[in-house]
Amino acid sequence: MTAAPILTVSNLTVSVRGEEGEREVVSDLSFALQSGETLCIVGESGSGKSMTSLAIMALLPRPAARIKSGTIRLGDTELTALDEGRMRRIRGDRIAMIFQEPMTSLNPVLTIGRQLMEAIEAHTALPRNEARRKAIEALNAVRIPAAESRLKQYPHELSGGMRQRVMIAMALALQPDVLIADEPTTALDVTVQGEVLELLRDLQRENGTSVILITHDMGVVAEMADRVIIMRHGRMVETGRALDIFARPRADYTRELLAAVPRIGKGREGGAAGGATGFSSQPETSRNVAEVRDLHVRFDLHGGFFGRVDRRVHAVEGVSFSIAPGETLSLVGESGCGKSTTAKAIAGLVPYTGGIAINGRDLASLGAAGRKAARRDVQMIFQDPYASLDPRMRVGDLVAEPLVIHRIGDSDERQARVAALFERVGLSPEHMDRYPHEFSGGQRQRICIARALALRPKLIVADESVSALDVSVQARVLRLLKDLQREFGVAYLFISHDMAVVENISDRVAVMYLGQIVEMGTRDQVFSSPGHPYTKRLIEAVPVPEPALRRVRFARLDSEIPSAVRRVGDAPPKLRLQDIGGGHLVAA
Amino acid sequence: MTIPISPDVGAAATAIRPRTGVWRALLRRRLALLGLLVIVATIGAAILAPWLTPYDPNEQMFDGLTLEGAPLPPSAQFWLGTDLLGRDLATRILYGARTSLIIGIVANGAALLIGTLVGVTAGFFRGWIGGVLMRFTDLMMAFPALLLAICLAAILQPSLWIVALVIALVNWVQTARVLYTETSSLAEREFIDAERTLGAGTPRILFRHILPHLLPTIIVWGTLGISTTVLLEATLSYLGIGVQPPTASWGNIIFENQTYFQAAPWLVFFPGAAILALALAFNLVGDALRDVLDPTQRGQA
Repeated sequence: MTAAPILTVSNLTVSVRGEEGEREVVSDLSFALQSGETLCIVGESGSGKSMTSLAIMALLPRPAARIKSGTIRLGDTELTALDEGRMRRIRGDRIAMIFQEPMTSLNPVLTIGRQLMEAIEAHTALPRNEARRKAIEALNAVRIPAAESRLKQYPHELSGGMRQRVMIAMALALQPDVLIADEPTTALDVTVQGEVLELLRDLQRENGTSVILITHDMGVVAEMADRVIIMRHGRMVETGRALDIFARPRADYTRELLAAVPRIGKGREGGAAGGATGFSSQPETSRNVAEVRDLHVRFDLHGGFFGRVDRRVHAVEGVSFSIAPGETLSLVGESGCGKSTTAKAIAGLVPYTGGIAINGRDLASLGAAGRKAARRDVQMIFQDPYASLDPRMRVGDLVAEPLVIHRIGDSDERQARVAALFERVGLSPEHMDRYPHEFSGGQRQRICIARALALRPKLIVADESVSALDVSVQARVLRLLKDLQREFGVAYLFISHDMAVVENISDRVAVMYLGQIVEMGTRDQVFSSPGHPYTKRLIEAVPVPEPALRRVRFARLDSEIPSAVRRVGDAPPKLRLQDIGGGHLVAA
Repeated sequence: MTIPISPDVGAAATAIRPRTGVWRALLRRRLALLGLLVIVATIGAAILAPWLTPYDPNEQMFDGLTLEGAPLPPSAQFWLGTDLLGRDLATRILYGARTSLIIGIVANGAALLIGTLVGVTAGFFRGWIGGVLMRFTDLMMAFPALLLAICLAAILQPSLWIVALVIALVNWVQTARVLYTETSSLAEREFIDAERTLGAGTPRILFRHILPHLLPTIIVWGTLGISTTVLLEATLSYLGIGVQPPTASWGNIIFENQTYFQAAPWLVFFPGAAILALALAFNLVGDALRDVLDPTQRGQA
């Protein structure tokens, strides 16, 4: 540990020039990275963690951002003094970087092999076939099966996890001294995240690479870090060994951050709202706010001769469930499992077959006007609050819009109601005149909640509604949702991939896999005694924010999750759910 | 039931910004003001032409030519000189403003309207309606615009309004194409889905949510279209199917005199400058309007 650090950052200050003059996004940051260690830089959005990594790579967005003062030393080289040409030689060769979104950081029109070899040839004088051999070696190292044939594939032909592995292969092909990974697993599913993290750990052990891991996820930190830096508003709040930070956090902010992290097994004290505990899985049908029977959603894919339909995406395959007033049913699963499509079908955004009844009225039997009236009782909150608010409208008008559409009240009454809603979701009514971009992510999601509440719906469909928020904001929004449920008796259909959040808010949980429900039961049934292997895997994959409990080995799935795209006439077999006691349904 | 304001409400304290009128915001921009002045001046000149000049636009003056029959350069009597037939150029430009404004505003406006209608309908509804509309647009695009204009003008008896109509029928295509692409990507945006889940009908989504987003593009194409249409009118005049002589338009003044460009440069320079100034003025106002109407440009959080 006493050897000279491989990378030293001292008194680094990065500033960004904006409309209101220069603003510091990283202030006076110092740290040293030892050889072979993993340093996690943790912080919420706007904490300056990504700017730090870009500063090290000399990739700060020009001309707005610049290093104002401070030094960055790689071994004996002062990086801030290097010109672009010399810096380029260091990038990739001695410091490599992995970005969050593997699809956007790979060039979609070049093959994997071409890109890998390009990275290698840029820094070495190896002949073509040597570079090729090295590329295959790199793909083997990140455990991509059939590496040689993969070289000819394009990025879109690979799954998200595979793409991120290619990125890692590219970064590690030249055996750099330092690897900077900026949120490398944030865009990936939990089970894939587990695999990628483990891969990173293995590779580090084999090559002795030093890793700077930038993340907002305390679970990932606990899993990976030797040392941790907590950042907030561009400043280092706390630093120390991972075990110490988790066991004895000194700064208030660290404590807050740790407290806000949703943990599996701790969701209970929040309590289920509306006395919904003790529900059996199949409550009586007449009073249910939503009743979904054998729901199918399939999308046709055109191809072949004259754009004939030759394949179909079987997004949702025979899903049935019901939601009682005031309860929260969560749909969990990984990307592509059909959970969002189910939500959209209920909200009337995609055509479906099967039955959806709202308040006992089957939507298929109603006319257009009746459907519109029935839909009033179902509102939706989307994942990205910014994308789901029209950026050209004032937020007050946005919240009033559902009232205008359904002709409720006159303009004064509406104004009063909107003001009350603003207050209820924790926003000041004075802000009704502003536009969505003037709010933070959490505030915007509150606006969306106010909007969904405006019509006093019986059911709110929340599609990954807290996934895009920082943990501390996420915790507050979840609390707000629970409070509102108690107050208005609204039921939630809560769609999420995050098992910890689901455990926190749900009364009942349904696990989806490839368009079908593989397990459904009360929260306790599903989390305490998961019956289906996929459920077990999902729960196991969640990183635990406790470095002492670090998983030894994560069971790797040998094959990828199969595709939901099938040829016409080749429908997937329907799973049969069996009651294993107390209404706990598990696919046989 | 007062709930404390949540702690993630960041810079909450600033007072409500007053709703500034579009006009006032526009007048505060110096360049936009300049553009507006030019436009107002042009319109004023077109309307007040008979009172602004002592001459008749079609009057061929004996003292308007040299003894050899050459046009006169700018002088105290003829401010901008005279043309080949001894007519006062300043007077012809003033009267020509009427024609050019009608073409630039009416014909261009009609083209914009057709383009918007076709592009938005095709982009929003897609399906077979969209297919038919866009294939028709492609066909129009592939067809030489001038040839089409010549055909139309030959069938219909040329007059100022027919010329405006012909220009509108030729010029809507680019607008439609651009708005089609933009509408179809807007229709996929999540806030449109969010509107649907609220129960919003198609007219509401189209007029309240899609159209405001298209406004910047429409403004840009509208202002760019002004110079294009004024010049297209000039081309048509040149081919003898535009505004019929002796009626003056800026375009046909240039085309009548272009062969004498070296001997009498003022004959091309002044009407050219007028077209340029008007087009530039509309561009300046359009640019400013686009910024003023865009709420996301203000008070970046």
